[in-house]
Amino acid sequence: MSARKLYTVTIFSENTVGLLNQIAIIFTRRQLNIETLSVSPSAIEEIHKFTITTFSTEDIMDKVVKQIDKRVDILKAYYNTDEDLVFQEIALYKLSMDLFIKTGTVEELIRKHNARILEMNETCVVIEKNGHYEETQALFKELSSTIGVLQFIRSGRVAITKSKVERLSDMLAEMEAKIEKKKA
Amino acid sequence: MEKQKITGSEALLKTLVAEGVDTIFGYPGGAIMPVYDCLYDYRDKIRHVLVRHEQGATHAAQGYARVSGKVGVALVTSGPAATNAITGIADALMDSTPLVVISGQVASPLLGSDAFQEIDVIGITLPITKWAYQVRHAEDIPWAISRAFYIASSGRPGPVVIDIAKDAQSNLMEYAYKKVDYIRSYQPLPDVDMNCIAAAAELINQSKKPLALVGQGVILSHAEKELVAFLEKADIPFGSTILGLSAVPTDHPLNKGMLGMHGNVGPNRKTNECDLLIGIGMRFDDRVTGDLKTYAKQAKVIHFDIDLAEIGKNVAVTVPVLGNAKETLAAVTTLLKQAKHTKWISSFTPDEEEEETKVIQKEIHPDSGMIKMGEVVNKVSDATGHDGILVTDVGQNQMMGVRYFKFKHTRSVVTSGGLGTMGFGLPAAIGAKIGAPERTVCCFLGDGGLQMTIQEFGTIMQEKTNVKIIVLNNNFLGMVRQWQELFFNERYSETNMENPDFVGIAKAYRIAGRTVDKREDLDEAIREMLVHDGPYLLVVTVEKQGMVYPMIPAGTTVTNIFMGDN
Repeated sequence: MSARKLYTVTIFSENTVGLLNQIAIIFTRRQLNIETLSVSPSAIEEIHKFTITTFSTEDIMDKVVKQIDKRVDILKAYYNTDEDLVFQEIALYKLSMDLFIKTGTVEELIRKHNARILEMNETCVVIEKNGHYEETQALFKELSSTIGVLQFIRSGRVAITKSKVERLSDMLAEMEAKIEKKKA
Repeated sequence: MEKQKITGSEALLKTLVAEGVDTIFGYPGGAIMPVYDCLYDYRDKIRHVLVRHEQGATHAAQGYARVSGKVGVALVTSGPAATNAITGIADALMDSTPLVVISGQVASPLLGSDAFQEIDVIGITLPITKWAYQVRHAEDIPWAISRAFYIASSGRPGPVVIDIAKDAQSNLMEYAYKKVDYIRSYQPLPDVDMNCIAAAAELINQSKKPLALVGQGVILSHAEKELVAFLEKADIPFGSTILGLSAVPTDHPLNKGMLGMHGNVGPNRKTNECDLLIGIGMRFDDRVTGDLKTYAKQAKVIHFDIDLAEIGKNVAVTVPVLGNAKETLAAVTTLLKQAKHTKWISSFTPDEEEEETKVIQKEIHPDSGMIKMGEVVNKVSDATGHDGILVTDVGQNQMMGVRYFKFKHTRSVVTSGGLGTMGFGLPAAIGAKIGAPERTVCCFLGDGGLQMTIQEFGTIMQEKTNVKIIVLNNNFLGMVRQWQELFFNERYSETNMENPDFVGIAKAYRIAGRTVDKREDLDEAIREMLVHDGPYLLVVTVEKQGMVYPMIPAGTTVTNIFMGDN
C-alpha cells in the first residue's frame, strides 16, 4: 500500500444543483475527510471548478477520481500532488487593537510574514496573509503566543497546475470537434 | 398566433410515447394524480401495469428491461412510494439495468416544509442513480424525461430518477420535444484506442492458456455474435458471471460454465492457472474473485469495459480495452491469429468430471431421499427445451437456478446479481413476461423470498401474466442456514420458517397451483404447469438440509473449493 499524502482533486462541472452532494458522497463512501474545499466559477462560462484536498493514497485517489468523473454532470476530474501545483490559501486574523499597539512589534510581524493589514478600528485590527498552510499556520502560532488571536479563518486551497493551460479547454475543443465531425 | 398549451402531465406522457415507451409499471397516489388522470386518456398508447407495492414496480420494470433491452419505466407517487422504490433503483444500479423511475413530489411551494408525503427523493437517490433530477416547472418535463432516457440507456446503463412537483404536473406549458442525444459533460461511449486493441490482440496471440470471463456487458452491448467469433477464432475457453450467463448458449464447446462462489470448478480453478485472463463486460466482483491477493496473480489481464471506473478497480490490468464490446471485440478479432488450445481446453475435463461426480449427479439425479433443488431446476429446464427465461429470487434458489438451468438464447437470465435482493424474483418475472410475451418465464423462488413480495400475486391475477412460478420450499432461509451449518457451528439462528399454504394463497388470487413432495409426481407436475394456460404456482417441498456446492467461502482464494465431500 502506498503512503497517505495530501492530494488536490480538481473538478470541472456544470453548474447544476446537487453537484457538491454527488461529489461528497464519493468521498464519504471511502471515508475520506475533505481537508479543504473551494468552489467558484471557472474561466469558462457556466462551468464551475472545485478544488478539494484530502489525505489518501494514490491507488484510492485514482479510483475516486474515476468515480467522480463518471457522474453525468462532471466534465473532468483529476488529481495532483503538491509538486505539480502552484497553490495558495488566504488567512484572516483578527487581533485586539489595544494589544496590537502595546506589543510594538507590528512592523516586524508584517514584514517577516509578508502579511498586510486589511482593517483597523478602535477595537480590532484584521491582518491578511496568503500562503501555504504552513505559512499561514506559522503566523497564527506566532500571533497566538504573543498578542493572541480573537478570530481566525482560513480559506480552502486554490490551485493551478504548473503545466501549460487548463486541460479542460483542450478537452472541450476536442469534444466539440468530435460532435462537428459526427454531424458532417 | 399562440401555441396551444398542454399540462405538464400530458407533456410527460407525450414525451414517454416519443421515447418509445408502451409499458409502465406503477402505483398511483396523491402527488402523482395529475399524471394518472392524464394516463386515463393514453390507455390506448401506454399499458399501465398496476403493481401491489412500489418495490414491485421497480423490479418488474427491471425484469422488463433485462429481457427486452428497452428502458424499464416505473411511475410512483411521493414520500413512502418513492422510498419503497429505492431497493429496485439500487438493484438496477448494481446490475446496470436501464430504468427510469418517475416519482410525484409535493407542489413546489411546499418543498422543504416537511409537507405531507414529502421526502428528499433526490438526496436519497443520488448515491444509487446515474442521474437524479427534480422538475419544478412544467416546461422542463420534456427535456428532463428525454435526458433521463438518454442517460439510462447509453454507455453503461443504469437507473435515473425524475421527481416531478405536483404543480409542474398540472401547470400549462407549450410542448416542445427534442430528443436528447448529447450531453457535453457525459461521454457514454469512450473512443477506442487502437494501440490497446493491438496490444490486446498481441497478448492473446502469444497466450498458450487464455481464459475469458464473460459478463453482462456483452449482452448490454449486443455483442454476442462478436464474442463468439472472438472466442472461436483464438480458441479461448470461458466462464460467465451470473448476469453474463445466457450471452453464449450453455452447450457451446468453449463454454466452461459459471464463475464465482458457487460456480463451476473448471473456470474457477483455471483462473489461477491461465497465463492470460480476459474480462469482457464484467467487473471482477468479490463473489467472482474471492481474495484478490491470490487472484490470477500468474496471469496477464486484459479488461474490456465501457466504464473507465471499472478498469483497475479490483484487479490490476495489463491492457485495458475501453469501449463498447461490440466494437472492441470485433476490432481485436480481426488482429487475432487462428489458434487451437486443445491441450489447455482438455485440461478442464478432470475438473468437470470431478464436479460431475461429487456434486452435479448427486444434485440432479439423486437415488433416494427428498427432492433436491437442483433436480427441480434441471427438470424444468429440460421440460422447456432450454428455451425459457430463468428468473430467480436470491439465495439457494438463485444459485441452483443459475447452475442448472440451461440457455439457448441471450437475455434469458433475470436475477439480482450485485445487490442480492430477496423479493426480486416474483415482480421481476411479471416484468420479464410482459417484456417477452412469446417466451416461457420460469421463476424460481425460495419460501423466504416469495413472502417478501407475495402481494404481487395480485398483479399476476389482474394482468393474467402467464408466469410459471416454482417455489423450492425447504421451510428455511436456506442460504443463511447453509452458512450457519458451515461457519456458525450449526446454530440455526432465526432461519427456520413456519410457512402458510402457498397454493391456498395462490388459489385465493385465482392462480392455479399444486404442491409436490414426492419425486414420482414431479415430472407430471412440471408438465401440468407448463401446459396450463395461465400463471401457475408449483410448490416443491425439497430437502431441508440442502446445500449449494461447489462453494468458495467468502473472501478466500478462488481455488479453495468445497464440494461437500469432506
